Amino acid sequence: MNRRTMGKALMGLATGAAMLALGVGAADAQEKMKVGFVYVGPISDHGYSYQHDQGRLAVEKELGDKVSTTFVENVPEGADAERVIEQLASSGHKLIFTTSFGFMNPTLKVAQRHPDVKFEHATGYKRSANVATYSARFYEARTVIGQIAGQMTKSNIIGYIGSFPIPEVISGINAFTIAMREVNPKAEVRVVWVNSWYDPGKEAEAAKALIDQGADVISLHTDSPAAIQVAQERGLWVFGQSSDMTRFGPKAHLTAIVDDWREYYVNRVKAALDGSWKSQDTWGGFKDHMLFLAPYNPALPADVVAAAEKTRTDIMEGKRHSFQGPVKDQSGKVVIAEGKQATDEQILKMDWYVEGVQGKVPK
Amino acid sequence: MSAELALIGPILAAMLAAATPLLFAALGELVVEKSGVLNLGVEGMMLVGAVCGFAVAVQTGSSTLGFVAGAAAGAGMAALFGVLTLFLLANQVATGLALTLFGVGLSALIGQGFVGIPIADVPELYIPGLTDLPVIGKALFGQDALVYLALAAVPAVHWFLYATRKGLILRAVGENHAAAHALGYKVIRIRFLAVLFGGAMSGMGGAFLSLDYTPMWAEGISSGRGWIALALVVFATWKPGRVLLGAWLFGGVTIAQLHVQGLGIDIPSQLLSMLPYLATVIVLVVISRDVARIRLNAPASLGKVFHPDA
Repeated sequence: MNRRTMGKALMGLATGAAMLALGVGAADAQEKMKVGFVYVGPISDHGYSYQHDQGRLAVEKELGDKVSTTFVENVPEGADAERVIEQLASSGHKLIFTTSFGFMNPTLKVAQRHPDVKFEHATGYKRSANVATYSARFYEARTVIGQIAGQMTKSNIIGYIGSFPIPEVISGINAFTIAMREVNPKAEVRVVWVNSWYDPGKEAEAAKALIDQGADVISLHTDSPAAIQVAQERGLWVFGQSSDMTRFGPKAHLTAIVDDWREYYVNRVKAALDGSWKSQDTWGGFKDHMLFLAPYNPALPADVVAAAEKTRTDIMEGKRHSFQGPVKDQSGKVVIAEGKQATDEQILKMDWYVEGVQGKVPK
Repeated sequence: MSAELALIGPILAAMLAAATPLLFAALGELVVEKSGVLNLGVEGMMLVGAVCGFAVAVQTGSSTLGFVAGAAAGAGMAALFGVLTLFLLANQVATGLALTLFGVGLSALIGQGFVGIPIADVPELYIPGLTDLPVIGKALFGQDALVYLALAAVPAVHWFLYATRKGLILRAVGENHAAAHALGYKVIRIRFLAVLFGGAMSGMGGAFLSLDYTPMWAEGISSGRGWIALALVVFATWKPGRVLLGAWLFGGVTIAQLHVQGLGIDIPSQLLSMLPYLATVIVLVVISRDVARIRLNAPASLGKVFHPDA
């Protein structure tokens, strides 16, 4: 092989790799609307990006005759993301879902250059005429699992592994603790921050530390299943995060909070097809089918499951709110008055712990 | 207070386990550097070792075979480095960095089909009576086999380097490769073997992570431990015993900071996460101030390219 043909072969390889990176169905029929998806992780992560891809597959299944979808996985947050989104926008995609917080500014920049393309950005707060945002009310599910934890603990110490002390995680800890204390006023929550979304080694160490301190139920707001394995080994209880993690600890896994984007994605693609798409902010919970709970562990007593299901349906029907006053902070001061509920703004800016959480919020 | 005291045993046990991957990788790198080669690709070799070990354990159902495969994969990566730097005389720093980047990508590629698959944990040692001893029982007699293997590697490496003829030759090559060459020693072959050993040890450290510490595969599972191992070698001024101390210190601070948080002691968690790294930097600075000590222990030919004709 001489130098020239080798160069050609390399070019071929590079083009092939680029096509691979663009996933499936990129060169489909003319009339079909092209819909793009940008994921921060691999779709094989069985967690956050996997759940978004389930949403894409639902779109394919339901509207496959009218749209074709493209996805790009493993896109780092930052400048690279802008190139990827730009490429999707300029290659004829009319609706693009950017599914991680760090894609916020790149999405807005590309959206400005392509006013005819519609964008959907997950978990962000900046919108424009052609950029909508969406997220799930994860704290609703934490109310249900907090209640289960309060009933299942014997040591009255619950360990909570946090990623970063941001409002999304803190509101989850608070919703969990409020529901836990309602059924078990003696129980307390101990939080360990690992300052990472995905560091299996550190998450396992944190779980071990909490268990050694007496925790017999572990809840997590990080993405790896490491803590599930530790709980299984130690014969304790644990809740999964983002997806059903039962297979990592069938005995220990009580249930998991699962993100579900299927219905939302199908609805938004339909809206884009019939022209009713508008930029908006969607913050959906159980009611909007944006999250659900993984199957309950058969070891859970029937009355605990029944109570959990009641709480879930009450939240769905609006009969119960995760932050129903009176809610006291750690100093005992009433922050949410009796008869009132926390406003969305209060939840989105939450930077304080409720009564029952040990330690202080890192500043 | 007794509740806090009861935590000492579990903290010790967790510290020993946390130190194990660092110990494997750092001891391997120590031998490599003693032979005069600087391989910055530890992180990449750990990752490839972790994923290959996990893949083999999943396919065969044997974690022992997994560890062997992890070591072999690490050595394979090291062989690549050895060929490039020792035979083709590529720059060691650049090649080492490239090896890490390559390892990150390669391990992700191999691992694609292995994400989210659970495997059985390696059982821990249990000696009736001894393991049940208060405070130290679990830490000393209740660990996984690999923890003991890593500990045994410390005196073994020390003995090899300072009490055997082969160790003396390896150190001679690291101190002055031209002189060793003039004496008739095969500088490149000795260095290549040292590099292979370093790779195998890094691979074992990686396999410990994916098979034992957190039995699963995830991209980037080593989370920077390869870099810590590199720092530990300098931290220990190229002495195996001090590598052990450094690994314990690092593991201890990592575990202690999680306990401090769980107990609700009011120290910012970000500061605590930073502490082990800060400790490494401070010790590096303190050691580096003592020029004589550095000269005494650092291999004089470290990182220098050897050309037999020159």
